[in-house]
Amino acid sequence: MLGKKKRPPAEIPSSSMSDIAFLLLVFFLLVSNVDTDKGLGVVLPPPGDSEIKLNPKNITMVLVNATGDVLFNDEVIPVEQITARARQLEASNPNMVFSVQTDRKTKYQDYIDVVDQLIAANVKKLALIGTQ
Amino acid sequence: MAIKKKSKAKSGIPTSSMSDIIFMLLIFFMAATSLKTVEGLKVKLPRARSIAKLDTPKQSVLFVFIDRTGNISIQDKLLNVEDVSEVIYPLRRNDNMLTISMRSDQETQMGIVSDVQNELRDASALKVNYSAKPK
Repeated sequence: MLGKKKRPPAEIPSSSMSDIAFLLLVFFLLVSNVDTDKGLGVVLPPPGDSEIKLNPKNITMVLVNATGDVLFNDEVIPVEQITARARQLEASNPNMVFSVQTDRKTKYQDYIDVVDQLIAANVKKLALIGTQ
Repeated sequence: MAIKKKSKAKSGIPTSSMSDIIFMLLIFFMAATSLKTVEGLKVKLPRARSIAKLDTPKQSVLFVFIDRTGNISIQDKLLNVEDVSEVIYPLRRNDNMLTISMRSDQETQMGIVSDVQNELRDASALKVNYSAKPK
């Protein structure tokens, strides 16, 4: 036999290393998402029990009971229909105030569902009157 | 006497070790930085559809945690309901933009949430954001 085969160089090629590191860096930069805070923005009524006299015609009562049932203007409706109803009312009366009231035992999720539906209807005047 | 000129030192930064250095730095920062996780109580946020990103700068956002058993936590301190407005009022006075990010559990009862909201109203912190996850 002829002489030993020439061994390949025992080093990792370092010229492409920086490219690899750079690619990894870019990959992680894109993949990792910093936790952003998302949610439903509302404005609470100012302090004090300032009873603002409103025309009863301009108030829509939305009541949510402890089991999550919704009473919309004295009528029980499924949560998903709130948006459509609120749109109608808002279109017919731009001054409509939607007043959301809950029971003390209502689950937060049920309340958020209702507020979510109202915000989806682009309701401008949302009154969050706590609990009864 | 003839003075031999010294050979000039090679100019230029050696670039062969550059990648190693960058790689080491990368690893160092990856290992050393721990992303600041939001402190507070463990809550399972509610789900909603029409959520929007909070438009207030980060330093003006105050997190209020309410867990399912009704514990309230602000700035890593457990509070009673009655003390919420006392804690928030000075913050509100110093910061007009103050927005409360309400991180409340799905299962929390509205009674406690409503009490906290009344405290917020007392402290004039009226901008509230109900934190929620996309549906």
